[in-house]
Amino acid sequence: MQLKLEPSPEQIKAEKVYSQMGLTDEEFSRIEKILGRLPNYTEVGLFSVMWSEHCSYKNSKPILKKFPVTGPHVLQGPGEGAGVVDIGDNQAVVFKIESHNHPSAIEPYQGAATGVGGIIRDVFSMGARPIAILNSLRFGELKNARGKYLFEEVVAGIAGYGNCIGIPTVGGEIQFDACYEGNPLVNAMCVGILNHEDIKKGQAHGVGNTVMYVGAKTGRDGIHGATFASEELTEASEEKRPAVQVGDPFMEKLLLEACLEVIKSDALVGIQDMGAAGLTSSSAEMASKAGSGIEMNLDLVPQRETGMTPYEMMLSESQERMLLVVKNGREQEIIDIFKRYGLEAVAIGRVTDDKMLRLLHHGEVVAEVPADALSEDAPVYYKPSIEPAYYRTFQKMENRIPKVENIEETLLQLLQQPTIASKEWVYNQYDYMVRTNTVVAPGSDAAVVRIRGTRKALAMTTDCNSRYIYLDPETGGKIAVSEAARNIVCSGGEPLAITDCLNFGSPENPEIFWQLEKAADGISEACRVLKTPVISGNVSLYNETNDTAIYPTPVIGMVGLIQDLDHITTQQFKQPGDLIYLLGETKPEFGGSELQKLIYREIFGKSPLLDLDVEALYQEQILTAIRAGLVASCHDVSEGGVAVALSECIVGADGIGADVELQGEAVTQLFSESQSRFILSVKEENREQFERFVSAKLIGRVTAEPILQISVNNETVVKVEAEKIKKAWKGAIPCLLN
Amino acid sequence: MKFAVIVFPGSNCDVDMYHAVIDELGEEAEYVWHDETNLDRFDAILLPGGFSFGDYLRTGAIARFSPVMNEVVKAAELGKPVLGVCNGFQILLEAGLLPGAMRRNDSLKFICRPVLLEVKNSNTMFTNQYAPGEIIEIPIAHGEGNYYCDETTLAKLKANNQIVFTYHNENPNGSIENIAGIMNKQGNVLGMMPHPERAVANLLGSHDGLKLFQSIVNQWRESHAIKA
Repeated sequence: MQLKLEPSPEQIKAEKVYSQMGLTDEEFSRIEKILGRLPNYTEVGLFSVMWSEHCSYKNSKPILKKFPVTGPHVLQGPGEGAGVVDIGDNQAVVFKIESHNHPSAIEPYQGAATGVGGIIRDVFSMGARPIAILNSLRFGELKNARGKYLFEEVVAGIAGYGNCIGIPTVGGEIQFDACYEGNPLVNAMCVGILNHEDIKKGQAHGVGNTVMYVGAKTGRDGIHGATFASEELTEASEEKRPAVQVGDPFMEKLLLEACLEVIKSDALVGIQDMGAAGLTSSSAEMASKAGSGIEMNLDLVPQRETGMTPYEMMLSESQERMLLVVKNGREQEIIDIFKRYGLEAVAIGRVTDDKMLRLLHHGEVVAEVPADALSEDAPVYYKPSIEPAYYRTFQKMENRIPKVENIEETLLQLLQQPTIASKEWVYNQYDYMVRTNTVVAPGSDAAVVRIRGTRKALAMTTDCNSRYIYLDPETGGKIAVSEAARNIVCSGGEPLAITDCLNFGSPENPEIFWQLEKAADGISEACRVLKTPVISGNVSLYNETNDTAIYPTPVIGMVGLIQDLDHITTQQFKQPGDLIYLLGETKPEFGGSELQKLIYREIFGKSPLLDLDVEALYQEQILTAIRAGLVASCHDVSEGGVAVALSECIVGADGIGADVELQGEAVTQLFSESQSRFILSVKEENREQFERFVSAKLIGRVTAEPILQISVNNETVVKVEAEKIKKAWKGAIPCLLN
Repeated sequence: MKFAVIVFPGSNCDVDMYHAVIDELGEEAEYVWHDETNLDRFDAILLPGGFSFGDYLRTGAIARFSPVMNEVVKAAELGKPVLGVCNGFQILLEAGLLPGAMRRNDSLKFICRPVLLEVKNSNTMFTNQYAPGEIIEIPIAHGEGNYYCDETTLAKLKANNQIVFTYHNENPNGSIENIAGIMNKQGNVLGMMPHPERAVANLLGSHDGLKLFQSIVNQWRESHAIKA
């Protein structure tokens, strides 16, 4: 059937209508071959969204194959709504990270809000109760009105959605660099827990079973959102604002509670979120994964607007919708549960055995496509990759120690760099406490959420220093995973697994594809050594504005298990008199560092190096010492080096300071960003035992005087009141926004 | 003692309230869905925080029409303790059980962080375990906590000692007279923006909120002891 305003199959081919939907000539021929005829307009729409990079990973699949995805504790790896990892006692943790970059670039509030909503649905569609949200954000330098607007609105959008639905936003990270000016990154991660027997999958098993639609009605919002997410941002992107969806966290709260109740019912066969490519991806993927087919009558789809075409319904990305497969004859039980929450569950189709996705509208078949062709059998491309010239130049450069006139002044300046400065302005807008399980609130190395009714807790973090990855993608990839693991270990947890969000520029550019390849190599190797497999993830390519790509930004989300609440450790110094230790070797490494950026206004040279075996050894030492009760505080050394790390250990702890002595070249000792380093504090009485476990160097003491004093080679180079540090560090972001 | 935790569509601090009572206070509690029409079996009513009905239209404006609210009014008239926290406070205002109204925070931003409160009236069924003027740490988490009332109402609140909590050393949301919590004239309905149920264990950062729940139990035991 052909609707009046839609082009005919012949017209689609002759006028290349498909290319406006992002399909290439080759892809169109491939569709023709699969169907053995010309596709109609609706069918071209189905293929175009399902074969977009966002849904099919057609350019990144060869890369994703590199990742280690298995482990003795992995219950579900990539491929479902989210990954699942065993945490003992028949419980499991479920998590995933996802991007919402392009929508947030043109409509920051709703873009960020619906990013949060989408990732929450991914987690509860697995049968898990969401317990925490994290995020990872990148913006330009906060120097113009547009940049500030994007930053403020993204934060407000995350807060607006997360606060309302009542899942605490417990952690995250934010970095600022000019390369994100036109293309900010908004990655949201959700963590949930479930009992093993409650794991649900998005699979349409059982011929004759009923396909049910639940949640918000389908409107014309978000049509082609997945396609839009798979192209570069240009001036014309503003016009695609209708491709951004609008979120309703209240609806999602009802949907969440109702679905978690439904999950307990054995009438439920499969469940999947209608995320990117909405009704199309959920139905095609559920059928394809189960080796079955699905037939849906689109007349039965709850619609928000009149006169919607099959094309519009199938491509709509209206939010807060789920697709369920329910045992034939037991629909009423499901309907009743949703009714209690004021929601309507509607039977719209059935599972078939012919492996086709068949759509009916006004009594006619309007699309008939093999489900596998849309999902599993989407094209895969092996893109060419070339080592960029910039990389060779950077690798040849010697490490140069930036010239610093006044060390104390420089420290205070570093503390005011927005990437380092306190993010309190941000996280005080997030309800990070709701559900009363948050033991370590935002602001320490990792957030810690207890598991009620047990002695266990989960540590969680997101990390990625994209400057290192730009300078050296492979080493930078290793660093990203290692830093995430460091944050987990510093909090007293054992790293379990990661989820990743690969934010890159256009894969059509061989130099960008090279970055992607190398970063994936580095991530994979670190995951192997640190025993943290990749259990879920997301790819966001085409992050470019007007031909300028962002720094390669593969964000790592990591969750770790804290065996006992007593092991929970934070970064703040605790007691005057405690001994301060530095673990790890300091070398003159300034490539991509905050100091380099501050002094030279650009980054260049080699990234810091990383030895994964050393990293693993140190992490093991620390975890052993923490579990033995020997560590008062623990903090990893990252952006800004030891001086910034020491400052961070003081600011959260009221009324105490530190007196530290270092030997060597002062700028290197204080500001180098050498990897695999930690600052720990230890009670005097635990000194001997601690030193037996951890090969760290004693560098000073926590003092009762609220002053940070650092001397290098017996010469005092920093002597500054904690209050002044606090003011600089906490005041920076509010000051930039005014 | 048995507490009802009223759950409206969109409530999200119901779990926190429930566990504060069960785990930390050691009393009985039951979730009560908003369409319930009988609260006779409960000794105290808790209206938790959250975003009832999405807080669309105005905070608490739709929730007050839920069937259970007739029963909450009845319980209040019977003199049972009724505690509304955050969204629960907003609902009590909309229902007319407490005077005044709520405006958006003066920063126009949602604020979540621990704040210090001063116990202005420790002679109530909600605060009898606190010392007069005690400074306690309880978190806030709201976008609309900027309490307002006209001068006549304010004068009455003061005259009757209905101002139970005020913010100490700062005012995070712009509320009139630093008000953080008020009660009705009879003293059995308390509305407050800060979340005592989030401050019931040291693991969560503070246990200063526990005494509020203990006060309710204490008062209930005493009054029942007399009757017995």
